[in-house]
Amino acid sequence: MSATATIIGMAVITFFIKALVFVLGDRVGFSPTVKQALGFVPVTVLTAIIVPMVLAPHGQELELSWRNPQLVAALFSVAVCAVTRHQLLTIMAGLAVFFGWQFFYG
Amino acid sequence: MSQSSALASFMAGARDTVPMLVGAAPFGMIFGALVGTTQLAPWQGQLMSLSVFAGSSQFIAIGLMAGLAGVMVIWFATFIVNFRHMLYAAALLPHVRHLPGRWRWLLGFLLTDETFAVMDSYYRKHPHAPLGHWYFLGSGFSMYANWQCWTLVGLLFGAVFPQLQTLGLDFAMVVTFISIVVPKLVRLPHFSAAVAAGSMAYLLKDLPFKLGLLAAIVIGVAIGLLLTRLRTPASTERGMA
Repeated sequence: MSATATIIGMAVITFFIKALVFVLGDRVGFSPTVKQALGFVPVTVLTAIIVPMVLAPHGQELELSWRNPQLVAALFSVAVCAVTRHQLLTIMAGLAVFFGWQFFYG
Repeated sequence: MSQSSALASFMAGARDTVPMLVGAAPFGMIFGALVGTTQLAPWQGQLMSLSVFAGSSQFIAIGLMAGLAGVMVIWFATFIVNFRHMLYAAALLPHVRHLPGRWRWLLGFLLTDETFAVMDSYYRKHPHAPLGHWYFLGSGFSMYANWQCWTLVGLLFGAVFPQLQTLGLDFAMVVTFISIVVPKLVRLPHFSAAVAAGSMAYLLKDLPFKLGLLAAIVIGVAIGLLLTRLRTPASTERGMA
């Protein structure tokens, strides 16, 4: 399947989700369980994507080492974010440590 | 209703969305720059911003494409990540129900986390505003134009500095996601859901088509739900996550 078709499919799915309730009105309802489950979607999806990227940046082996710049910078970013709760500061600090670590130890 | 007051309402919606525009800018730029880490051509990156217009699902699709995930996995991830918009739409429905169909389709397309936040507070203050849909359009359209501009800046940035990608630009996505997730981990069910999803995603990472990612999400959500149920007995189930 071509990338363009993948993108168009994403667009159709997203448009359908966003507009359905506005167009159909009250005929769409949600159970409390669905609402509750949705509350866990952001944290699980995002964490599931990044953990393998950080622990095995080259795809295969576990790289639990201080020489792994992804791991060091990710742990540092988690700490900065937990303490400051500042999104942009976390991103800047994390990127600075990542590129610095990669430059000196990579 | 005069045209000038419709325009004034549109402009007020755009103006009240300015802080959200500033907040979305770096994400649009990082998204544009990350397109170069995948098999997508720059125009396809812009097409995604133009047609999908949902930042978190766009980031996830880019990450999945870079990992050569199957198309069904990308579509499923798009579905579950964007599903929250249905809840936003349900909350705003009483204020748009009376509008003609073309308005409801258009405002639905323009719905984002940011515009929902702006509209929710607007309708709380002005529950019977006759030109609320123009305000909604102003907020949604300004987010849309802003997202297109910053995607383009990121695409150009990625094209001018292609060596950024070999330096590990995908770490920009990792740290962006960390900055979104960590502030949400204040309660035990959310923390446990994230830990479970992260561990399972690592353990199952070699399954084909990134199916391990889907399994990890399902397990994480299930653990979060389970812990919520254990902590709040059914009779007092009020505080929804």
